[in-house]
Amino acid sequence: MANKILLEVVTPSKLLVSEEVELATAPGTDGVFGAMANHAPLLATLKIGEMHYLNEGNTVRIALSGGFCDVSNNRMTVLAESAEISAEIDVERALKAKERAERRLQEAVARKEEIDLARAQAALARALTRIQIAGH
Amino acid sequence: MASLKDIQLKIVGIKKTAQITQAMNMVAAAKLRGAQQRMEDFRPYAEKFSGVMGELAGAGINPDAFPLMAARPVKKVMLILVTSDRGLCGSFNANLIKASEKFLKAQQEEGREGCLACVGKKGNAFFKKSPFETLHSSVGIMDNIQMFNARQVGQEVIKLFLEKKVDEVQLIYGRFINVAVQRPTMNRILPISTEGLEEAEGGEAEGPKATYTYEPDPEEILNQLLPMFVNVQIMHAMLETGASEQASRMTAMDNATRACKDMIDDLTMAFNKARQSAITAELMDIVGGAEALK
Repeated sequence: MANKILLEVVTPSKLLVSEEVELATAPGTDGVFGAMANHAPLLATLKIGEMHYLNEGNTVRIALSGGFCDVSNNRMTVLAESAEISAEIDVERALKAKERAERRLQEAVARKEEIDLARAQAALARALTRIQIAGH
Repeated sequence: MASLKDIQLKIVGIKKTAQITQAMNMVAAAKLRGAQQRMEDFRPYAEKFSGVMGELAGAGINPDAFPLMAARPVKKVMLILVTSDRGLCGSFNANLIKASEKFLKAQQEEGREGCLACVGKKGNAFFKKSPFETLHSSVGIMDNIQMFNARQVGQEVIKLFLEKKVDEVQLIYGRFINVAVQRPTMNRILPISTEGLEEAEGGEAEGPKATYTYEPDPEEILNQLLPMFVNVQIMHAMLETGASEQASRMTAMDNATRACKDMIDDLTMAFNKARQSAITAELMDIVGGAEALK
């Protein structure tokens, strides 16, 4: 179709989305960006956050845990280590993950372990994104 | 000569073994389907990943500027050995271990030190008793292979490489060719070379080449991508080994079941012969006894 762009969200465990959409936005490391039909070729890294796409009036929200995105030939490919559509998020698990991450964060701060700190922060950000997206 | 009772007991025992091996064969067949599915599911990710890496490699970057790509004189080689956690799958793990040992010995002869990272119990158990040092081991994860398992191994290996504790990293795994053939295969994963990637890019070429916008710049992106690329390769190796393990077990169990059937046939023959000779002996006795009474 003329005014649409093919969006593909790929994770190691499956091809999550493969659909023609009107607009897709993704959380780039340098800021959120959107892509519509015939976007110029772009290669961007993504951070932990929310992406969504718009198709025939429906907005679908997806929790991403980092990755990168390649836009070319009217096709947008998002490669993420994990991605979940809002309706499929297990909120309880996310809440547990949040608690665990908070605890680890405190431990890491107490012990001044930089690597652990970074990991705990990333885990917390992932959990918070999932909770936020599931809440809508 | 074994008595009738002994042979009968043996037949019953072997029948039970055959039942077990038959069941294991069927379980392996079911698991193989799952493992193959996971391999299929992972393929798009891996392909896209190499495509993007190829794209970046074509952007005219200098490999020596990236610590993960820079080659240096090799003093110590690390081998990541991916085996299964469980046995009873024929010579599958033995082949992998043999190939690893050969490789490490060859390295030693060339004056390089060899060390290992073991994924899967079988390889780990074997090399515990060998002179080669095991710097990292992940066991008990092959039943449910997850990306974060691969990431863990990847992080560990990258750390050792960057700290210059190892100068080269090779990966060996059981490549799944088809249900009947699985082959130990070795790839170099560190330092990362861009040669293979440009090929992958050639295969993906579709449509006209356009100038990319990079966000942030290519170097930055590559810095993020390279460690992930290592993880992807380890993940791939783990999935392949997982599928190969099940395929190998299927074949091994099929052979075992057939061997059981052969043994049962032989024993039944022996049983019948023994029974026949017992009857003959008894008849001779009766005839002999009747003769004597005359």
